[in-house]
Amino acid sequence: MKFKSLAAVAAASMLIAACGGDDGGSSSNETSAPAETNAPAETSAPAETSAPAVELSGTLIGAGASSQKAAMQSWQAGFQNANSKVTVEYDPIGSGGGREQFLSGGTSFAGSDAYLKDEEWEASKDRCPGDLGAINLPHYISPIAVAYNLPGVDSLKLTTKALAGIFAGTITNWTDPEIAGANAGVDLPDQAINPVHRSDESGTSKNFTDYLGKVEPEIWTYGAIEVWPDVGGEGAQGTSGVVAAINAGEGSIGYADASQIGDLGAAEIQVGDNFTPYSPEAAAKSVDASNRIEGRSDYDFGFNIDRTTTQAGVYPITLVSYHIVCLQYETQEEVDLVKAFMNYIGSEEGQAAAAAGAGSAPISAELRAQLEEAVAQISVAG
Amino acid sequence: MTSLVSSKPKGQFGDRIFRRVSTGVSLLVLVVLAAVAIFLISRALPALTADQAEIGVGGDDGEGEGFLSYVLPLLFGTVWASVLALLIAVPIAVGIALFITQYAHRKISSLLGYAVDLLAAIPSVVYGLWGIFVLAPFLSKNLFPWLSDNLGFLPFFSGTTSTSGRTMMTAAVVLSVMILPVVSAISREVFAQTPGLHKEAALALGATRWEMIKMAVLPYGRSGVIAASMLGLGRALGETMAVALILSPADVISFKLLTNQNPNTIASNIALQFPESSGLEVNTLIATGLVLFAATFVVNALARRIAGGEVND
Repeated sequence: MKFKSLAAVAAASMLIAACGGDDGGSSSNETSAPAETNAPAETSAPAETSAPAVELSGTLIGAGASSQKAAMQSWQAGFQNANSKVTVEYDPIGSGGGREQFLSGGTSFAGSDAYLKDEEWEASKDRCPGDLGAINLPHYISPIAVAYNLPGVDSLKLTTKALAGIFAGTITNWTDPEIAGANAGVDLPDQAINPVHRSDESGTSKNFTDYLGKVEPEIWTYGAIEVWPDVGGEGAQGTSGVVAAINAGEGSIGYADASQIGDLGAAEIQVGDNFTPYSPEAAAKSVDASNRIEGRSDYDFGFNIDRTTTQAGVYPITLVSYHIVCLQYETQEEVDLVKAFMNYIGSEEGQAAAAAGAGSAPISAELRAQLEEAVAQISVAG
Repeated sequence: MTSLVSSKPKGQFGDRIFRRVSTGVSLLVLVVLAAVAIFLISRALPALTADQAEIGVGGDDGEGEGFLSYVLPLLFGTVWASVLALLIAVPIAVGIALFITQYAHRKISSLLGYAVDLLAAIPSVVYGLWGIFVLAPFLSKNLFPWLSDNLGFLPFFSGTTSTSGRTMMTAAVVLSVMILPVVSAISREVFAQTPGLHKEAALALGATRWEMIKMAVLPYGRSGVIAASMLGLGRALGETMAVALILSPADVISFKLLTNQNPNTIASNIALQFPESSGLEVNTLIATGLVLFAATFVVNALARRIAGGEVND
């Protein structure tokens, strides 16, 4: 009897603990982890840091956007190769969860497809030691291609009206004048358009619909959304699902991370009076051509991507993912780790690693210089 | 007993232990069930008690549709996909079971039984990949246009046919293949238990093989087949990965089988939306999980009633 009830109680409490630990728990995991893992660094490092050229050691913990998961794997590998005593952990739980964990002090940095909201920026002043708060570093720029499956059509130009109309369901055939008008000499098939979108919640959808809503607010009336609204079209899971769905059906068109579209054709997008094909350089320019958000730290690089730019050579459908870090940390060790890792990510080497591993667009030299200056400001509180 | 004097206390001790262990593990089932229910309810409550304008599509902007209209299409999709899968799978499974137990040569029947059981060992994500890369394109090229042209007057086959084939029809076919082994394995066992006397009596009265099956085997196995269908239904209701991969979902309640606007299932929707959700969105998803949990109980209870309370005799 005793054994039975004991076992039952133990099992029950394990279950409840496991259940109860779900969203509170992942943060409790994270909160306990830095304490443990930083401990050796704290005890062993002071002796080393007194010497100037220190070998970094310890564990750096971050969490956030799954969009930069592949890039993060490249960065982790590259950084840990150069610093064998450092472990970088990154939990791709999603942008919102990443910012939550960072603001609760569970992680040293967050990855996020959106910069800190105003109230989160205020909260970051409490979370970060000192009163300088946190900054957004746009380290990951990913062009979103509009891929199509039309055999025999090698190049396709889409006006902003055509693109918004296709995804809003108001343009339903490839021979629609809005499409044909921009593609003189191209033999467009008399075929129904099958627009493919993400069926899961996604930063790619959010950036793509943000673009549609900004350039054609009359046609795309749903704004920037992560979950596709009720406007028809085919839904598919993840980037690979979208690409598979486009491949499967002739006449399909969809948006996906540019590095993942394989052999599919990518449409040229109307920018001003010209049409711009996507390229890493053109995507990187979309950040340079945009305005920084105001009312933040001098070293904050949150951008409102200018979707309606008319500047030639800019590809405005891009996803920008940030690293969110404090300007001040408690300990020198944490400062050293964060600085070293952020500097590596922003470096040419780090950006090249992400381009190779995840197909992202390397940031421009101009932006790199600015971000390096921002990272250099990170210091110990006090 | 008397001849085993020396081992008697030991045997009783072992008996006691075994009884308690087995009582313990069966109580564990109740504990697990209760723990899951407590977890679901406690995590779902914030979504159910929150301002309904913050729930569902558009909830971020305070223009949400509310929990009820969020979950209804999902609940419909879950039940609709599972019922379709059962409609396809049960007749085939019963046919397989009858062939194996009544018609086939012993060697063939054991080989066939083994093959059907193997279907159960394939992970659902593999079924999903097969569905999306093989079955969906095949059906959309060969079957769907024909159904749409010839049976398009039926509401099920109306609407614009999907070009990629990622439809409710494809999802139901894949689900039916997935539940086939469960239903056929149990039906097979039940049919094999048909008393030989019943069968011989039927044959002695001049019944043909089919009449014998109709008179002796099927009535005897009826409750077993229903129990098997319930197990299959349980798997279909909760199936996640295959549906998430195959189905092209939309926020609709629709009986159309061939379009790319399909109601999603609850489990698949959770899998799709959970990774990028936070805060109240997570509570909303868990609340849909609670609905699925409750729906499974209701469906099971209904199935028991249909079976006339004879299921677990």
